[in-house]
Amino acid sequence: MIKILLAGQGGQGVLSIGQMLAESGLREGKEVSYLPAYGPEMRGGTANCSVIISEEEIASPLCNTPDVLIALNSPSFHKFAPRVKPGGIIIVNGSISDSYAGRDDLSVYDVLANDLAIEAGNVRAANMVAMGALFALTQLVKERSILNCLQERFVGKAAVYETNVRAFRAGVGAVAK
Amino acid sequence: MSKILLHGTEAICEGAIRNGCRAFFGYPITPQNEVPEYMSVKMPQIGGVFVQAESEVAAINMVYGAAGAGIRAMTSSSSPGVSLKQEGISYIACARIPCVIVNIMRAGPGLGGIQPAQGDYFQATKGGGHGDYHLIVLAPSSVQEACDYTYRAFDLADRYRVPAMILADGMIGQLMEPVELPPMRDLKEIPEKDWATSGHYGAARRVLNSLIIQPDELEPHVNEMQRTYEEIYRNERRAVEYCTEDAEIVLTAYGTVARIVKSAVNELRKQGVKAGCVRPITLYPFPDDTYAACAARPNTKAFLSVELSLGQMVEDVKLAVNGKKPVYFYGRTGGNVPEESEIVAAAKKALAQAEAEK
Repeated sequence: MIKILLAGQGGQGVLSIGQMLAESGLREGKEVSYLPAYGPEMRGGTANCSVIISEEEIASPLCNTPDVLIALNSPSFHKFAPRVKPGGIIIVNGSISDSYAGRDDLSVYDVLANDLAIEAGNVRAANMVAMGALFALTQLVKERSILNCLQERFVGKAAVYETNVRAFRAGVGAVAK
Repeated sequence: MSKILLHGTEAICEGAIRNGCRAFFGYPITPQNEVPEYMSVKMPQIGGVFVQAESEVAAINMVYGAAGAGIRAMTSSSSPGVSLKQEGISYIACARIPCVIVNIMRAGPGLGGIQPAQGDYFQATKGGGHGDYHLIVLAPSSVQEACDYTYRAFDLADRYRVPAMILADGMIGQLMEPVELPPMRDLKEIPEKDWATSGHYGAARRVLNSLIIQPDELEPHVNEMQRTYEEIYRNERRAVEYCTEDAEIVLTAYGTVARIVKSAVNELRKQGVKAGCVRPITLYPFPDDTYAACAARPNTKAFLSVELSLGQMVEDVKLAVNGKKPVYFYGRTGGNVPEESEIVAAAKKALAQAEAEK
């Protein structure tokens, strides 16, 4: 069972990649849950969601102590880094955040998500850079499942799809070194 | 059939639509806005009716009218909105009109907050409005159950001519999980309602009313309703047990909290504490037989009710356990949800307290 907390600024697409992750897991026959934090939130505010992917039945859908944290901005990195399980993974958007978590019992991957997304064609694909890094580090779902979900999301928008695939591969490359 | 990923609110809508719901009346309130949103798209597609009413009061009275005409009708709201509907619900209960009311609970009292809570347990299970009546109350704890129980609620409501309520919390509404949807039911399969005010057409006149002014007429009417509740109590109590056979501490919770409690039970077992849990599916009728059976086991030392309230269901648990074993309580409120570790600690404390008091 892997618990992932995805957090960032409203509009960065953390809920989108969270949902895509759950959808990918479902297609591989795994048990999944996706729980968005809801509140009086808006573009520019904070957004986060919890995704669990498991081989067995999922009891609690909460991720109070996630195995993996994806933080797309600085406030969410500092808010959630203390909660990550010892031995866990943090993927932080190094383009707009520092990466000092103040603990040495986990791995922090500083991924320049915004820069790599701009190189791929659009800064809005920064979420897919993080998704690529998550995939490369955990292999928790297959690449094909993620790309299939992405393709369905951008039906009739081939250019947007291609940009997102480039961003995804840049994310894979960023942590492969 | 394959599973698809749905929000709890969407699953509720699909459960309703697939069991013949063809009229929805609602008014916006967080965290259930996705229910009217989904229905506003779906209802016109399947030849149903969607109305965004001018208020919650109007919406419940539209349900009264549509369901009275024999249509399967539903409304949904969240805590403060459901309070507004209570007058209408009492009227519907007295007029014996089956319908489904969804309450995606948020934190109260008052306008409260918008985060998950379970503070409406008393309101849902003890009547809610004025007079001697009850609703059939079902509590889903997963997105699949949100769909299945809404589907079932329509059949139960029709069978007993008693309004049914889906009592869920904000987390179930927002949660996305895989769901296997039931097939679309043919409307012709739904049993005909020989009491519905669906048109005179020269037949005997039918009247649905909740004003019965003569005491000698109202008393037998209310007694007849009471007999129905007794029948529901005999036939419809449902609960799920997990690891209770050899449990020393039996935890109990409904809705989302039951999921966290189940995780806590697994953790307690890992730590060597013999824990189990009971999850009521029907909150009214309350599955007291399941609790009584647990209380009768010599290995059971104590019960712990865990709720997103300051102690409501625990009263029904105490009645069911009937003094045989101590019953303790742990709750959070205001929209906060307890973590697994809090429940583990509360269970250990309850067990220690039970042993100390013996």
